[in-house]
Amino acid sequence: MESFTGLSKGVTTCEGCAMETAARHMIEVLGPRTIMLTPPSCSAILTGFGRETGWQVPSFMSNLEAVAAYASGMREALDILGKEDINVVGFAGDGGTLDIGLQALSGAIERGHRFIYICYDNEAYMNTGIQRSGATPPGAWTTTTPGGKTGPRKDIDAMLLAQGIPYLATASASYIDDFRNKVAKAMEIDGPSFIHLHIPCPTGWRFQAAETYRMGKLAVDSGLWTLYEVADGSYRVTKKLKSFESAAQYFTGQGRFRHLSEQEIEVIIQQAQASYYAILAKENL
Amino acid sequence: MKLTAMDGNAAAAAGARLSRVQVVAAYPITPQTPIVENLASAIDSGELNARYINVESEHSALCATVGASLVGARAFTATASAGLALMHEITGVAAGCRQPIVMPVVNRAIPSPWSLWCDHSDSMGERDQGWIQFYVETCQEALDFIILAYRLAEDKRVNLPVMIAMDGFFLSHITEPVAVPSQEQVDNYLPPRQPSNLVLDVKNPFAINTLTPPGIFTEIKHQHKRALDSTVLVMDEVFASYKEAFGREYAAILPYRTEDADTVFVAMGTMAGTGRRAVDEMRSQGHRVGMLRVTSFRPFPTRAVHAALAPAKQVVVLDRSSGLGSTPPLALEIIRAVPSKAVTSCVAGLGGRDVTIATYEQAMNLAGNTSGVHWLDLKEGE
Repeated sequence: MESFTGLSKGVTTCEGCAMETAARHMIEVLGPRTIMLTPPSCSAILTGFGRETGWQVPSFMSNLEAVAAYASGMREALDILGKEDINVVGFAGDGGTLDIGLQALSGAIERGHRFIYICYDNEAYMNTGIQRSGATPPGAWTTTTPGGKTGPRKDIDAMLLAQGIPYLATASASYIDDFRNKVAKAMEIDGPSFIHLHIPCPTGWRFQAAETYRMGKLAVDSGLWTLYEVADGSYRVTKKLKSFESAAQYFTGQGRFRHLSEQEIEVIIQQAQASYYAILAKENL
Repeated sequence: MKLTAMDGNAAAAAGARLSRVQVVAAYPITPQTPIVENLASAIDSGELNARYINVESEHSALCATVGASLVGARAFTATASAGLALMHEITGVAAGCRQPIVMPVVNRAIPSPWSLWCDHSDSMGERDQGWIQFYVETCQEALDFIILAYRLAEDKRVNLPVMIAMDGFFLSHITEPVAVPSQEQVDNYLPPRQPSNLVLDVKNPFAINTLTPPGIFTEIKHQHKRALDSTVLVMDEVFASYKEAFGREYAAILPYRTEDADTVFVAMGTMAGTGRRAVDEMRSQGHRVGMLRVTSFRPFPTRAVHAALAPAKQVVVLDRSSGLGSTPPLALEIIRAVPSKAVTSCVAGLGGRDVTIATYEQAMNLAGNTSGVHWLDLKEGE
């Protein structure tokens, strides 16, 4: 291929979509010898509509619950056909990963296929119009939690680490170099790898499109979203915080938390920041 | 020719081994499990150079099979009953993405209530998904049809998946003598797959299975329809080439003593063998009867059926699925093929109940009766 841009311009994501930005960086790192899988979700927009496609690599729109199952078959087939160098990459949202896709993902990780699974987590079913998922944070409004979500997020990272996944990382669209490094690292892993990518969503979280990257940065800098990686069981926090930025603007800047009291927000912040310290403690073990 | 004793499952597995399948993704379910156990052993011992994927559900089994096929491998899975129902979402993808997968369905009733035993309610649930569907009768056919199905599926004019429906226990677990062809013979008949059309290849990037607007959806479906319809002709070529290579003759329909028959029974799968025996006995009592076995249910060989039933005055169809709420599926096809004839619709053999000569005798007594659907061997008062 003469010039490789990975993803064509002019795809129809929402204004201020961080998923699209992250995808551009991701495919640039992965390169042309890559097969992309997307489920019906926001990322399906990149795979195509009608006669048009976005990816400059072979791509397949899988079923929502089945990205990892399709990837399993592709990986084993590519290996037996002598095409071991081709990357098989799933790019799925939080609903397709934590909820309906969990069984296929868990099975594929247990079997140990060499593939990369990137979950872009915008904390709800955004493509169908902002419905609650297992990744929706406590208290958040969605169209199916009109009074705010009760209960915690599903801790997908802990679940996959408990399975002994060789490489797992969190990432943020607001720390794109860190994300790119992690994609490059995942490509070197001889087994399954999982990157959990935080994607602020102006449409679903109810903030101005120009605020996307500030929101993502606030989440990381205030200790709400910890950037770390676990390679063969060894933890490393890739963005260490000297002190926490105030998380207040993160909550007041988004419509989905508008109904929460200051005390309720404070509880959520305390829990998230405790999680930052818990991960940091594992690095130091 | 040297014959080997094997049951239907072993024969199907032998067919897959001889076809040199490259990826097997499967989940255990009775009565299919021995097929994939057999392949797992063959792969483990190195006899078969393939990858075995121990998926965590039938849904994932077919997804992994489709994924393997999409990148160019010859892929195989097998299932039954609830497993096939779980695959339903993906049977549409396999066919719509035109992947030449071959999948035995070891027929077992769809719950509820739970049953381990044979009827065709599982594969009939997939009849409109755009797959080729063969219903086989013997262990020899279980082997032969896997091999010829790959040849048919991978034909560039076809590019469609094939379901080999084989009756649970009545075929899967019954041992018969089987002529096993040599690997060299099969290699000559079935060369390595040359992927065409929808393939994920980094040298020629394609987006497959994308969101499709109303303006082109119908046309894509129509291409699929044309491919399946034209399979009727390609199938005849494949049956002819199979006969040439291996000496065994098959066809989309297999008539028996129908040329001068007033009454013809129609059935699929193992119960057709009982039907031929019933025909012989009834003929010895002076009845002019015949038996038409349908091998290819999809595509349905309507013209061939019409021609084969031309001499008959009345037709009696025995469906092995209930067709609740209407006429069962095989009878519907026969009524469409011979609209001017008296077609009697019967249901028999559900959930593993034996279909015997006495069952055919009941059916014979109903010949000419075109009102409603007649459930045979029904116990009164239950």
